[in-house]
Amino acid sequence: MSKNKVLLTDPLDDNNPITVQVLGICSALAITVQLKAAIVMSLSVIAVMAASNVTISILRDLIPNRIRIIVQLVVVASMVVLVDQVLRAYAYDVSKELSIFIGLIITNCIVMGRLEAFALGNGVWRSFLDGVGNAFGYAWILILVAFFRELLGSGKLLGIQAIPDFIYEMGYVDNGLMLLSPMALITVGLIIWVQRSRNRKLIEQG
Amino acid sequence: MNRDSNVYTFTFATLMVFVVASVLAYTSFSLKDLQNENVRKEKMQNILSTVGIQTDREGAEKLFNQYIKEQLAVQSDGSIDSSVNVFKDVKLALELKKSPDTQDFPLYVAEIDSEKFYIIPIRGNGLWNAIFGYISLKEDLNTIKGVVFDHVGETAGLGAEITQDWFIERFIDEKLFDANSNLMGITVSKTNNDPSNLDKTDHEVDAISGATITGDGVTDMIKERITHYVPYFEFIKSTNSIAVVSNNNLNLN
Repeated sequence: MSKNKVLLTDPLDDNNPITVQVLGICSALAITVQLKAAIVMSLSVIAVMAASNVTISILRDLIPNRIRIIVQLVVVASMVVLVDQVLRAYAYDVSKELSIFIGLIITNCIVMGRLEAFALGNGVWRSFLDGVGNAFGYAWILILVAFFRELLGSGKLLGIQAIPDFIYEMGYVDNGLMLLSPMALITVGLIIWVQRSRNRKLIEQG
Repeated sequence: MNRDSNVYTFTFATLMVFVVASVLAYTSFSLKDLQNENVRKEKMQNILSTVGIQTDREGAEKLFNQYIKEQLAVQSDGSIDSSVNVFKDVKLALELKKSPDTQDFPLYVAEIDSEKFYIIPIRGNGLWNAIFGYISLKEDLNTIKGVVFDHVGETAGLGAEITQDWFIERFIDEKLFDANSNLMGITVSKTNNDPSNLDKTDHEVDAISGATITGDGVTDMIKERITHYVPYFEFIKSTNSIAVVSNNNLNLN
């Protein structure tokens, strides 16, 4: 059991896909301007990763080795199209906002990486946990970055004003730079800094 | 079973494609109604937003029915084909493929506080794909009340910026026709000498850096679409002036 638990917890900290493996950075830059988009993106990635990990794991003894990458791609792509269709029907505004980034989940290295490295060689339940764990590792960083970017960049959280008016009256101004991509990288960098100073395992010997 | 044999590989691939295609087709089919409903309400939202009425998707239908008084299918000779359900049946993407003589040109007439606005759907080509939107004119059929643009696949951060408020606000109060009633359209210009857009009679707005082709697409689609409404506009103006003249006569009497 504890072995399975590690699959869930490891990607949250010690083996985080964004801050440790530095995968999926492009979407972390692109859709962290607003908290809401980041949350929906996270949920979409969780759904896609869990579903595609499970699918590949079920098929792992059937997939011909020579076309395994193509099979993985087809599975991920169809999961992404499913998510896109569902969003378009039930969360139209969000789907317009995320538009191309939903499609870009296909190219999110985390998804393909986990399929190739884990789901092809492990059982269904463990693959499911691995997918969910990695997606959560991706999600919490994404949401944390979006939290700071939306708060400092536009003074809002989930579209609702979070910084009270009297602070603005005292001369506080929203930092427009937070809305631009470079600050996403810097925010991720700060998170990595904090994480490494806390987590001894991540400090390289040198 | 030899998993590396050609027969196995081809069989697997064929089956996979078949299964995946069925699943996707089924999903797409079963969600279609909900998606179309969203698109329909968004269209209402867009039309309303050109005349300054902001609403969420749920409230769009009620306000649309309240403010949009007429939905006309204008013909190229300026007449109206009253047999056409404009909102539902006229798809601009399909109309554009026909020759102008046989196209239906949709026109929505809004009435807010007894002021009339004429809303024209526009569509053209951006850099990568179609761009489209709505443009609403004040009662003089010349001054722009508001516009809204959208696109299928323009570059994020460049061409896609045509949907932003700061860009569409540049069109407000601009004039489509010059003093001699020649159609000038609105040019999205890189050589605009009026960046703060104070001159509303120059038929120009400032372009977006890095979005030249998209900007040119906006210029072209406005002019191309409006051209076809000119005969009808002349017709409205002539009937309006008759109405004015007869009012004056009444006053004289």
